[in-house]
Amino acid sequence: MNEALSTRRLVRRLVFVVIGMFGFGFLLVPIYDVMCQAFGINGKTAGAYTGAQSADEARAVRVQFLATNAAGMQWQFGPQADQISVHPGATQEIRFVAYNPTDKPMTAQAIPSVSPSRAAAYFHKTECFCFTQQVLQPGERIEMPVRFIVDRDLPADVHHLTLAYTLFDITSRQPPVAVNATSAPAKESLQ
Amino acid sequence: MSAVIDDHGHVGHDHHHGPAKGLSRWLLTTNHKDIGSMYLWFSFCAFLLGGSMAMVIRAELFQPGLQIVQPEFFNQMTTMHGLIMVFGAVMPAFVGLANWMIPLMIGAPDMALPRMNNFSFWLLPAAFGLLVSTLFMEGGGPNFGWTFYAPLSTTYAPESVTFFIFAIHLMGISSIMGAINVVATILNLRAPGMTLMKMPLFVWTWLITAFLLIAVMPVLAGVVTMMLMDIHFGTSFFSAAGGGDPVLFQHVFWFFGHPEVYIMILPAFGAVSSIIPAFSRKPLFGYTSMVYATGAIAFLSFIVWAHHMFTVGIPLTGELFFMYATMLIAVPTGVKVFNWVSTMWRGSLTFEAPMLFAVAFVILFTIGGFSGLMLAIAPADFQYHDTYFVVAHFHYVLVPGAIFGIFASAYYWLPKWTGHMYDETLAKLHFWMSFIGMNLAFFPMHFVGLAGMPRRIPDYNMMFANFNMVSSVGAFMFGATQLLFLFIVIKCIRGGAPAPAKPWDGAEGLEWSVPSPAPYHTFQTPPDMSDVHEHRKGTGGELTP
Ligand code: HEM
Ligand SMILES: [Cu+2]
Repeated sequence: MNEALSTRRLVRRLVFVVIGMFGFGFLLVPIYDVMCQAFGINGKTAGAYTGAQSADEARAVRVQFLATNAAGMQWQFGPQADQISVHPGATQEIRFVAYNPTDKPMTAQAIPSVSPSRAAAYFHKTECFCFTQQVLQPGERIEMPVRFIVDRDLPADVHHLTLAYTLFDITSRQPPVAVNATSAPAKESLQ
Repeated sequence: MSAVIDDHGHVGHDHHHGPAKGLSRWLLTTNHKDIGSMYLWFSFCAFLLGGSMAMVIRAELFQPGLQIVQPEFFNQMTTMHGLIMVFGAVMPAFVGLANWMIPLMIGAPDMALPRMNNFSFWLLPAAFGLLVSTLFMEGGGPNFGWTFYAPLSTTYAPESVTFFIFAIHLMGISSIMGAINVVATILNLRAPGMTLMKMPLFVWTWLITAFLLIAVMPVLAGVVTMMLMDIHFGTSFFSAAGGGDPVLFQHVFWFFGHPEVYIMILPAFGAVSSIIPAFSRKPLFGYTSMVYATGAIAFLSFIVWAHHMFTVGIPLTGELFFMYATMLIAVPTGVKVFNWVSTMWRGSLTFEAPMLFAVAFVILFTIGGFSGLMLAIAPADFQYHDTYFVVAHFHYVLVPGAIFGIFASAYYWLPKWTGHMYDETLAKLHFWMSFIGMNLAFFPMHFVGLAGMPRRIPDYNMMFANFNMVSSVGAFMFGATQLLFLFIVIKCIRGGAPAPAKPWDGAEGLEWSVPSPAPYHTFQTPPDMSDVHEHRKGTGGELTP
């Protein structure tokens, strides 16, 4: 047996394993996202839902809304109602209000989360401001709709869900397009 | 190989020149014994450095309230203590033992890739120089815990985190090269007739450890690379604002982290499996089951990582899966403990220093395994997580486990390395002081942990004061005793009773067939192992040709 040759072959194979495992570390990122979405792990909700369901009038669940600012975020941000009662299967709408009190245009991204996390897979958003980013001019205020359906298959022992948004300042990452003073909307304040 | 051509020499005959003189011997050496010694010395320096950081931690925790250091510095101490002990002390010590002993145990003239061996060692001082230098940078060194969870280590990290990342890269490359070298040596350089099932268990456990290293060190490199990209290149792997998730960090980290804890213990399992039979004067009980148990532990270590994450909000099925998978690890681990105890059963035992450390290993590691089982109970872990109970658990598996395993190995093979017997009285003193100090330091941590004392906090409630004082006294005792170890080793290098080729009458293995100290070049002509029985016959005692 040629020792040097077989050592070289073995080392080459092991180096492939090393490179493969380095790649596998990065592969864990999409695997994690897929798992989270498939099983609603970590309260992660899926993207836009396109299905339709009929309302289950016999059952009602309470949906609470939470809005939180991430560290350093200065906007005022909150839901128009703290909680509503919905029938599974019915489409509901709720609005969140955001207001930029600073003197700079800013970009924000809202990240949703549903608890209890096992209910996340049964919470479908047909429309959500979290699907896009929000740009607010200084003093600008907007209302942002969320339209959602609580799935009819929601486990029977879940009577009560929380939809929480955390709002992040991503201005440095996605600089907003500057607008001139005349087209800027009138200043309003969040009531 | 030249040795194969001029095969006039007998086994172990040194027909080459000796080592080069001066500094270049150490800088340029490709000799496995020199490199092994350098790894061991490096590891010991890291052990003292990481140990002095532990002394700072215990001094601050001696009493409640803030006395000695500020919380910011305290956090840097806990972080650096963990990093240096794991990556600088325990892992390099085992690589050093592998370098010294694997070629001697399988009858190989050197490691398979001697130049790479030199390079992988010299990366370590660079990596740790970089890591330690961060302590002196503006904003301080890493302060986010040895597990460096994002976003503490990304968004909220001190400026020096970039150097920390490079240090981890370098030391990861070093470990990967070391592991490749071990695999190549074991698979390709065994003496003729040395079948896999004739290999001593230290070689087996290192082979499996090396595969673990090759599998998970790249994942560690990947996770720090993601951090680097989040910090400097605007990606959002771990930042929710950009669609990432900090919990993902924990999954990727522990996918590396749990196998890593076995990387730190499997080689110690192997060494103890040589030492206990030697001082029991009986062959190892259940050699084959030891090999399979090691393999099973290594396999299971890939599917239990989320037991470190029971409280982050994984689904119930996930909690159950990781709970039962973790508990399953106790089965092969139990097989090992059973085999060690059975090896001692009715043996003619003597308790020289290596055996003392090995027996303490078996008893105290088992205690650590039990506390691990308690932590594996997911609902109970909600109470224990991030308390001193976890600190007690992993110090029971790592100090009397990994570190005692290294001490046992050092005393067992010192006569082979130096040609002298060490001072047995001092070594026994070293053992008893370490044993008492370590138990005083870590046993009370179980109690304060169960009562809710959080880890990584420089101050604590008055009600924990007494136990913490005991812990600190024990820690100072353990720490000071390690200077005695340094003294014993230096004394043994400089003189002492000359050691015969085989100083332990019950010892088995090829390493005892070469003179003490082992000549600079050994097994230039491989020994023939064809006539030696395999361990699986249950005899296991004839490895010395
Ligand atoms: C029967 C075997 C074992 C079981 C069942 C076990 C179980 C566990 C569990 C469940 C935790 C997480 C506790 C928490 O954070 O709440 C843990 C932590 C830990 N274990 Fe083990 N373990 C075992 C053996 C070992 C061994 C052999 C080592 C190392 C040699 C080890 C090292 C660690 C370390 C370092 C941590 C803490 C990591 C950190 O958070 O800093 N364990 N163990
Ligand atoms: Cu673990």
